[in-house]
Amino acid sequence: MNRRLSAFNVTSLVIGFAFLYLPILLLVLYSFNASRLVTVWGGFSTQWYGALFRNEALMEAAWVTLRVAFLSATLATVLGTLAALALTRYGRFPGRTLFTGMVYAPMVMPEVITGLSLLLFFVAVDFDRGFWTITLAHTTLTMCFVTVVVQSRLMTFDRSLEEAAMDLGAPPLRTFFSVTLPLIAPSIVAGFLLAFTLSMDDLVIASFNAGPGATTLPIKIYSAVRLGLSPEVNAASAILIGIVTLGVISATLLSKRSILSSRRNAH
Amino acid sequence: MMERTLMRRLTAGLVPAVPYLWLGVLFLVPFLIVLKISLSDPAVAQPPYKPVFEWSDIAGFFGALDFENFILLVEDDLYFRATLSSVRIAAVSTLLLLLVGFPIAYGMARAPERYRALLVAAIILPFWTSFLIRIYAWVAILKPEGLLTQVLMAVGLISEPLDILNTETAVYIGIVYAYLPFMVLPLYATLEKMDDTLLEAALDLGSTPWRSFWTITVPLAMPGIIAGSLLCFIPAVGEFVIPDLLGGSETLMIGRQLWSEFFSNRDWPLASAVAILLLIILVVPIVIYRDVEARRVEARP
Repeated sequence: MNRRLSAFNVTSLVIGFAFLYLPILLLVLYSFNASRLVTVWGGFSTQWYGALFRNEALMEAAWVTLRVAFLSATLATVLGTLAALALTRYGRFPGRTLFTGMVYAPMVMPEVITGLSLLLFFVAVDFDRGFWTITLAHTTLTMCFVTVVVQSRLMTFDRSLEEAAMDLGAPPLRTFFSVTLPLIAPSIVAGFLLAFTLSMDDLVIASFNAGPGATTLPIKIYSAVRLGLSPEVNAASAILIGIVTLGVISATLLSKRSILSSRRNAH
Repeated sequence: MMERTLMRRLTAGLVPAVPYLWLGVLFLVPFLIVLKISLSDPAVAQPPYKPVFEWSDIAGFFGALDFENFILLVEDDLYFRATLSSVRIAAVSTLLLLLVGFPIAYGMARAPERYRALLVAAIILPFWTSFLIRIYAWVAILKPEGLLTQVLMAVGLISEPLDILNTETAVYIGIVYAYLPFMVLPLYATLEKMDDTLLEAALDLGSTPWRSFWTITVPLAMPGIIAGSLLCFIPAVGEFVIPDLLGGSETLMIGRQLWSEFFSNRDWPLASAVAILLLIILVVPIVIYRDVEARRVEARP
């Protein structure tokens, strides 16, 4: 295809990406600031990272956040994959319209509504607020994202492989585990990672459903930010950004390698 | 053979049933509870509302329901103003997002093919870093003694410190910044598939670039424009974090109102009524979004 980038295209890309990345870079840069004033540069220092690791309440919250994210992302991956299979493979079942509504609505629904409604539900059934309520709430939200990611993979892949396995006498479960699952595995991994990040990131739903026993990192960061800027928050953010960047880059490299090797095999 | 058909029947039933049941219990039922509590009276107790449901007393159940909270919402013009200003802020932000996002998506779609996957990844990467942290980053930039003021004063563009933080302008900047990937990606998806020969034909026939943009590019990009706009508009109406951290005390938004009724005033029934109000505003865009999304996924080859 014969497409050329005009000067206007290049300018909008440069300005667009600068707008997206400069704030994050500045935030990371100022986490190495020696001054307590977040906006005045006072020399290079890693003192805030030290202060961060000595802050036990923050470390405790980070641990809760990781456990919630892991557990809810695992549950969401199973439920989301089942929902995606239901939508693509078991086409017509009673109440399908309601089901697609329940899958797509939580993704755009303002978080304040989802958070409040889940909390009122937990109170109504007399379920103590804490670790488990946050986990269940996050599972409900993130399984919808997993569904969409896995569903789009299920829509595009070659059904004839599954049909061949069935024709050769493989029972449905065996066909699923030896043919379908390996084919959709990359999208399941992507869905899990998405669910994990969304859970780690969530402030609003966690605030409604957190109890005295369990506070998550975003809740801690939010209350610190409300009191004013703090270099410790910058340091915590820089670490989170570093982990996410490494994760995304390695996932991209892995998927690129698998695409390359599958292409090579195809030739 | 009998066994196998039974097995198939069983999986065909179970696969949809498990996620269906989960969403039913943890998504649908909670909504009904919000609706119920929005119709009950607050109580100074834990939990701070009067239960209105007794199985033994159906008549009493309907008798105890009242529209007091909704009457309050109508009478106190605070909620009316908050609703209007949420919808206005979300609509203006969506327009700004289109203006900012379209040139970026267009540039990405015209970039050489080998760079496109990288550009898409670069748009998505900030989305993987915490929303809260990205908004927090703007507080340091927009503060009166912040980085934007320092830069602009050093360049000599301004002589007085900028006072943008805690204004509506800061809220617009925050929403555009945080939601940009949601606008760019659907736009890019439609623009990338566009057939360039249409534009060439229009130019050959003497159309100006501006005119072919409006008569060819925009109509062809319409599915992306609609999907991106809904994806930004719906959550922006109920946004809480951005107006709370970047907006001032006069920035009224309904999501923020719900938060303060719940956490500061501890009036759960009123907070539920505000949630129902927000849902009524959003039900039409959400239904349209669901149809657009279901059609998009199912239209794939």
